[in-house]
Amino acid sequence: MGAMRILLIEDDREAASYLTRGLREAGHVADHAVDGEEGLHLAREGGYDVLIVDRMLPRRDGLSVIEALRSAGDTTPVLILSALGQVDDRVTGLRAGGDDYLAKPYAFTELLARIEALARRHRPGDVETVYRVGDLELDRLAHTVMRAGRSIPLQPREFRLLEYLMKHVGQVVTRTMLLENVWDYHFDPQTNVIDVHISRLRSKIDKGFDRPLLHTVRGAGYTMRDDAR
Amino acid sequence: MPAEPAALSRAARLWTRFIRTTAVKLSLVYLVVFAGLAVFLIGYIAYNTNALLSSQLDETIDAEIRGLAEQYEAGGLRRLTRAVDGRANVPGASLYLLTDVSGNRIAGNVGDVPANVLRAASGTPVPVPYQRFAIGEDDRPSEVTRRALVRVYVLPGGFRLLVGRDLAEQERFRTVVLEAVRVSVVVVIVLALATWVFVNHRVLKRIDGIAEASRRIMGGNLSERIPVAGSGDEFDRLAESLNAMLARIDDLMRGLKEVSDDIAHDLKTPLNRLRTRLETALRSGATADDLRGEIGATIEDCDALIRTFDALLLIARAEANATATAFSPVDLADLVADMGELYEAVAEDEGVGLTVAVERPAPVSGNRELLGRVVANLLDNALKYGRPETGAAQICLTLARRGPEAELTVADNGAGIPESDRARVMRRFVRLDSSRSAPGSGLGLSLVQAVVAMHGGRIELADAGPGLAVRLYLPLATPGPMAQSFETR
Repeated sequence: MGAMRILLIEDDREAASYLTRGLREAGHVADHAVDGEEGLHLAREGGYDVLIVDRMLPRRDGLSVIEALRSAGDTTPVLILSALGQVDDRVTGLRAGGDDYLAKPYAFTELLARIEALARRHRPGDVETVYRVGDLELDRLAHTVMRAGRSIPLQPREFRLLEYLMKHVGQVVTRTMLLENVWDYHFDPQTNVIDVHISRLRSKIDKGFDRPLLHTVRGAGYTMRDDAR
Repeated sequence: MPAEPAALSRAARLWTRFIRTTAVKLSLVYLVVFAGLAVFLIGYIAYNTNALLSSQLDETIDAEIRGLAEQYEAGGLRRLTRAVDGRANVPGASLYLLTDVSGNRIAGNVGDVPANVLRAASGTPVPVPYQRFAIGEDDRPSEVTRRALVRVYVLPGGFRLLVGRDLAEQERFRTVVLEAVRVSVVVVIVLALATWVFVNHRVLKRIDGIAEASRRIMGGNLSERIPVAGSGDEFDRLAESLNAMLARIDDLMRGLKEVSDDIAHDLKTPLNRLRTRLETALRSGATADDLRGEIGATIEDCDALIRTFDALLLIARAEANATATAFSPVDLADLVADMGELYEAVAEDEGVGLTVAVERPAPVSGNRELLGRVVANLLDNALKYGRPETGAAQICLTLARRGPEAELTVADNGAGIPESDRARVMRRFVRLDSSRSAPGSGLGLSLVQAVVAMHGGRIELADAGPGLAVRLYLPLATPGPMAQSFETR
């Protein structure tokens, strides 16, 4: 993942300074605006790969910033941050033009994984029909998975799980992101339900091959990566 | 003197208040309606009776004239005179007067009639004043002027024959009617007063009682209830629904208080633990690696706290029904199958058999996210607490249609929950001693219950023999428009 230009619009200066520091440590360029008007002004100047917008902002509400950008034809991906974590708030946020929604308080790894996924989603390479990681190949149209020339039969859900992981190759994908994008549910499961699905998938695609492609990132989630390159 | 106008205006206020009471209004309406009805009825009967009496009089007079005219034809004036005298002297006789051409009396019992009456000689009877020419008890002609209905008949030869009936009878009847009107108005007024007394004492006193009880309740005594008389009338029904409302408010208030108590107790405990951990780490001057470990553990504690907090908020919102607006068509069958698939892997991994049986379709109107969470919670619980002492653990997730409801069951074959504890485990933060060592916040079932209640359903804990069966009943959406707008996911 290359360096991204990120604009953070957040009125809590202390939280914002931790966040920008974290983003810079992760190799990105982060700007910070403290209110809705300033944020909208900076966002309009453009050049950002991702916007992180707090929902409640002084001078101009976060959702209204997004709506203003969208109505001007700006399609920069937006991650909404909000202290309101309930189901309805999420729906309103996405309806206003947000691309993803993260309830406060959140883990920094979760935020980082999500903005990287958002920026990836925004790139034109999204339309490719075959994903490749090392010698693993997933054909999205034919619904087939091959590794080193050998066909691997997968259940439909396992296929979607792998598809999502391969789409975000090289990025960290969190458990909640998987539950949201593969199962379409937005909650934090208490037991390790996702981990078990991953380990099943892993046993199918990695077991018996020379090197693993599906890695666990401690404290964050999972990533598809070919270490040989 | 300022006291006098003050007293006056006070009296006026009291009077206005009195006039404005429902009892007075009702009594006034009653009075007007029933007085009107009585007057109308009596008037109607009187009018018709009077008309009947008049026509009877007419006929009598006609018959008399015909008879007398026949006498005249048969026997001339002499015979007529005799007949008239004969009839006139009977007690209670009609009125007769026979005159010659110039109006001089020949025979009859009428003393004096206005001159124009005889000249008119009309066919129809007319009421006239007259004086009776009769020998009274005191042997003197009576001088009393009375009214009568008379008819004048001109005989051949210019003689005029007047026949009439005294109107005293009809006038007496009119008096009777007027008396009846007076009496009935008095009776109606008395009844109106009785109505006022009844309405005031029986009905309005009860409304006042309700108002009084409401004031006391508003004054802060939420456990007080509105008195129910037990007669089952509309006031009892009103009082009962108000009491149900009060019970609901009371419940909500108690819930709110419970939440704050729970937060105070169950969130402060982990916060305190967290603080102590950080303090100890700070004091001990441990190595950087130790500190890193402590901080990691602290973050985990924070996450647990956040989850508890979120669950509490969600329960509060579900209980207040604040998310009902986000309802959409959901097929429970898809949802249950999704959750079964999601948990199947983890169950297998832990050596628990998970069987899923779904009856399709099961459309409900609801919040897919919350319902998904509910099923996930129940499966989490079954995995955590539903293990038998010996033998293989088995969880059954079933969805069936039961008439207008969908029945969702999560059953395990673990130790179950004793009947006496079943109501208690639904409450926030309640954890049975047997499960205290396992991780969890004690909010799972409260959340399930709140979400199910929000969807208009109910929850039942039963014995799965062995094990616990949690049954949720959710109202199925009516087919038709729902089926069309159904989204397939």
